[in-house]
Amino acid sequence: MPEQTKYHKIRFWISALLPLVFLAALFYIFLNFGPLGVFKTALPPIEEAFIQRIILEPEQISVNIINDGPEPVTIAQVLINDIYWQFSMTPSQTLAPLKRGVIKLQYPWLEGDPIRITLISRNGVTFEGEVGVAVETPQFNILYSRTFVLLGIYVGVIPVLLGLLWLPFLRKLRAEWYSFLLSFTIGILVFLGIDTLAESFELVKNLPQAFNGIGILVIGFLFSVLTLSAISYKTEHHRARSDHHQALAWGYLIALGIGLHNLGEGLAIGSAYAIGEIALGGSLVIGFMLHNTTEGVAIIAPLTKTFKQFKTYLLHLILMGLIAGVPTIIGTLIGGFAFSFALAVLFLAIGAGAIFNVAFDITKSMAKGSWLSIFTVTNVLGFFAGLLIMYVTGFLVLG
Amino acid sequence: MKSRTKLSLIFTLFLLLFSMVLIVFTPLGRLVFRGDDSEYNSDKVLQASEDKAIDYKKLQQISQEKMGMIGEVATDDFDPTEFLTTWNFNNLPPEEREKFYKESRLPDGRLLREYWFIAEDKEIEIAPGIFFPAWTYNGQVPAPTIRATEGDRIRIHFVNSGTKPHTMHFHGFHTEEMDGAVQDQFVYPGETFTYEFDADPFGVHLFHCHSVPVSQHISKGLYGAYIVDPKEDTRPQADQELIMVMNGFDTNFDEENEIYAVNTVAFHYAKHPIQVKAGELVRIYLINILEFDQINSFHVHANFFDEYRTGTSLEPDTFTDTVIMGQGERSIIDIRFKFPGKYMFHAHKTEFAEKGWMGFFEVIE
Repeated sequence: MPEQTKYHKIRFWISALLPLVFLAALFYIFLNFGPLGVFKTALPPIEEAFIQRIILEPEQISVNIINDGPEPVTIAQVLINDIYWQFSMTPSQTLAPLKRGVIKLQYPWLEGDPIRITLISRNGVTFEGEVGVAVETPQFNILYSRTFVLLGIYVGVIPVLLGLLWLPFLRKLRAEWYSFLLSFTIGILVFLGIDTLAESFELVKNLPQAFNGIGILVIGFLFSVLTLSAISYKTEHHRARSDHHQALAWGYLIALGIGLHNLGEGLAIGSAYAIGEIALGGSLVIGFMLHNTTEGVAIIAPLTKTFKQFKTYLLHLILMGLIAGVPTIIGTLIGGFAFSFALAVLFLAIGAGAIFNVAFDITKSMAKGSWLSIFTVTNVLGFFAGLLIMYVTGFLVLG
Repeated sequence: MKSRTKLSLIFTLFLLLFSMVLIVFTPLGRLVFRGDDSEYNSDKVLQASEDKAIDYKKLQQISQEKMGMIGEVATDDFDPTEFLTTWNFNNLPPEEREKFYKESRLPDGRLLREYWFIAEDKEIEIAPGIFFPAWTYNGQVPAPTIRATEGDRIRIHFVNSGTKPHTMHFHGFHTEEMDGAVQDQFVYPGETFTYEFDADPFGVHLFHCHSVPVSQHISKGLYGAYIVDPKEDTRPQADQELIMVMNGFDTNFDEENEIYAVNTVAFHYAKHPIQVKAGELVRIYLINILEFDQINSFHVHANFFDEYRTGTSLEPDTFTDTVIMGQGERSIIDIRFKFPGKYMFHAHKTEFAEKGWMGFFEVIE
């Protein structure tokens, strides 16, 4: 037997590796003898560059760029608002593929005006970047850190915790309201999930092509959906959960999803603030607060039908509120000082996945194996109420 | 756990670990996920010290100096300063000049001027570090200037060494066959044609390629100045003559110009002011061939001048300091600078000035 198995094992591994060997051989042949000439043209190589960030300081502008093409790119001249302007560039005017550079200009920019930067390459290709409203870029200091932390607390932590305070009230409602509340939550979650996903897609546009933003998005989204599904499948099979545990688990899952969503939202707010895309007026902050209060309601809905005392929940509640709210602070801080669109795309996608996962989980449990049974008038109304409240409070966030 | 589950878990974890390593330890991964913090704080123009606030006036002074471009254009191939005073290849040594220009007498006693022109594709530097895949006459944009006296015979031996059909279409009196403007008059790659006509009427004219699409053939660089001097000139004698072709370049082919200039190179005369003498009569042959934009203009600081529109009259049309021109329009400008010093000249469409169409006259005693 051992001889036979050994032979089989070798064949097994050879069959796995053989295609790879052929692929390597093909690369070698292609590069050395292949028809590479066919793919070459007489035209100058297509140059690519991507403006990642524009930083404004008094009378000075720094432009962070990356070469996201396959060929080196040389920045020959720079235009600001259609005017040629002298500049210096580090490490040099020529960037190898996937290398970053910083262009510095001394320019009398005007606060509140838009700034359009156009880079012209050696071959006359132009690359553009824009600042919607010019404001001095915040730098890492106590004042701005405090601003961003406060911002996070105001739009993230406080509203979610406020939303949680409705729990005693909701618990006093009669039992038939329970399924309405659950469908209301699902409505909120579906709205939030689609919103998060859309925002993630939106941010992909801000990434250089070479970063493959859609790839990040797909992996992040499916990773969170499948991981959470696998976990809940496993736990379901290992021990039958009590209602109490089920409710807690949902609460935490919703908090987690919303927390990830808020992390992405914080990143977006912080960076938009830092690059002058939004002015954070009081109305905007209030809008966010109202919008996010509904997120607190979503967390507590599953907890309303349970026999345990409210007191025993208190710790859990606070924890859930923090899980959902605190990421906003982290997000605004990261977004304000060191924004990475790739991270924002990833977290938003993970958040969307988590939100969809828990929405599906609750729906499944409401269905109790018979899918059509969930479409009661109460449930459908609850669902639409959830969508509507998100839409209406979203009106107040005119960013 | 089933072995299948175990294997797939191991495989996936391995992949996950691998991608983590990829992200953390490879340049690409770090690039993708790294926050965009960069080193921008490190070298500010002026640092605010502990006891002193930032000196905003100093900052403003620095930023005011910075309009324009960095670097220099190599002039060994084409020098806009030399172009100002070059016609009929008079910049070349005699034996070299003979290859492109010859004068002889016709039986009727008139002067015959013969030219040899070649259309060819060539990459030219139009601003420091910016290269344009141009179509040229004799390897330069604008083309070499053709200059004759009213009544002379002009004969041009034209070879198309480019990749598209080209022509030489002259503004001036000529017969239909010499117009170079419709399909059966196009000169295809590798072919030749001889243009022949009388220099008439006197004035400042131009020639350009008229193959289709004309906007493309012009914006790619196929144009030049064609000057016909009057036989009986009653105008004051010029001390210095300058040829200025106002043009532009659409470097990214979006039908808008990125570069504007006089004689091709952006900001050339800002870096190398044109030397003139105070009180002397400077005659400028000004031509606008700018593609894509409706108008162009010419303005000189601190001085006024006579304008002869199209140069076809011996009396000036107006006394002004700003000329507005549509595409193909041209004028002779007679200017005497009053005071020594450096005086700016530029398109008074300031956008063009800020994109390269700006220079200086340096007036000396």
